[in-house]
Amino acid sequence: MNRTFVFVATAAALVVAFVVGAILYRSARLEQQGAAAGANAEVFSRAHAPTLGSPQAKVVVVEFLDPACGTCAQFYPHVKALVRDNEGRVRVVIRHIPLHPGAGDVARALEASRKQGRYWQTLEALLSSQDRWVENHVASIERAWPVLAESGLNVDQLKADMNDPEVARNLQADAADAKALNVTMTPEYFVNGRPLPSFGLEQLRALVAQAVRDAY
Amino acid sequence: MNARPPPAGADAAWTLIFACWVIATASTLGALFFSEIMNLPPCVLCWYQRIFMMPLVVILPLGLFPFDRGVLRYGLALTAIGGLIALYHVLLVHGVVPESLQPCRQGVSCKDQPFVVAGFVTIPLLSFAAFTLMGALLLAARRRSHR
Repeated sequence: MNRTFVFVATAAALVVAFVVGAILYRSARLEQQGAAAGANAEVFSRAHAPTLGSPQAKVVVVEFLDPACGTCAQFYPHVKALVRDNEGRVRVVIRHIPLHPGAGDVARALEASRKQGRYWQTLEALLSSQDRWVENHVASIERAWPVLAESGLNVDQLKADMNDPEVARNLQADAADAKALNVTMTPEYFVNGRPLPSFGLEQLRALVAQAVRDAY
Repeated sequence: MNARPPPAGADAAWTLIFACWVIATASTLGALFFSEIMNLPPCVLCWYQRIFMMPLVVILPLGLFPFDRGVLRYGLALTAIGGLIALYHVLLVHGVVPESLQPCRQGVSCKDQPFVVAGFVTIPLLSFAAFTLMGALLLAARRRSHR
């Protein structure tokens, strides 16, 4: 048999196997995630999680977020815009999964900032100044203190609140739900319990628009 | 091969190098599947193994068309070094090499294996098997194409 033909056919077969495998894997994973979301419907309505937008909004976007995650920071203004542009119809619920090394402490500080009623200000301050306290994907709470102080928090109070058992309880609940939903990356979005078909801002916008059309 | 008769054993050597290329390409696509499709981040040692695996996908065919046994030298060098890194990685995963020696920083641990089949088949083991097999094929090809 012609050697060139054998080579080209083998190369093509390997590439086709890769593409078919990728498509099968993605659809299986999406199905599995959707099934996990369906079986764990209560994880999308945890009372403890911070919520942006009207509590009556029928479209609920649950975002799993790491304060040290750069993509989360880039998505944040757009997620906020989704709530603003669909006023009263869309709300965002933030769940914390600090995946980066050192991000656990920052997530505790973020959780604790709620005791001073400054969760969203703190989140925005942290996300917009990641370059000051995240280096090489490693977060440092020491370097985040000045950012937190500048955002208007009482840092002494914050440090005390970080040891509150409620803070640990909330973070544990978030981690448990992330595990139940098989969330391993941030940001991860669920719109009324449905995962994004593939990752991307346009996919998120489309899924939210679809959910708004379905609900109103 | 009509102008000059090929050296004895060249046919067998061609087939062996081709088989080696199939393994290298399948391994490369497999590695890409793990990182790009399954989103398993490669650790530092995985990257070093990739560095010695992926060039084989390009270099081996250059020695197949037209057949050039010189490619065995380049292929064997890459395979030997890649195989040593894979062996170190396997020993690390199975706890033979103490974890304190591991050069992994920044998040992804080389020791924690997210992908395990049948209780013992990990990605580094697959890598080690691929490098070993490729090394054996290239050595066999070298023996056949001698003279």
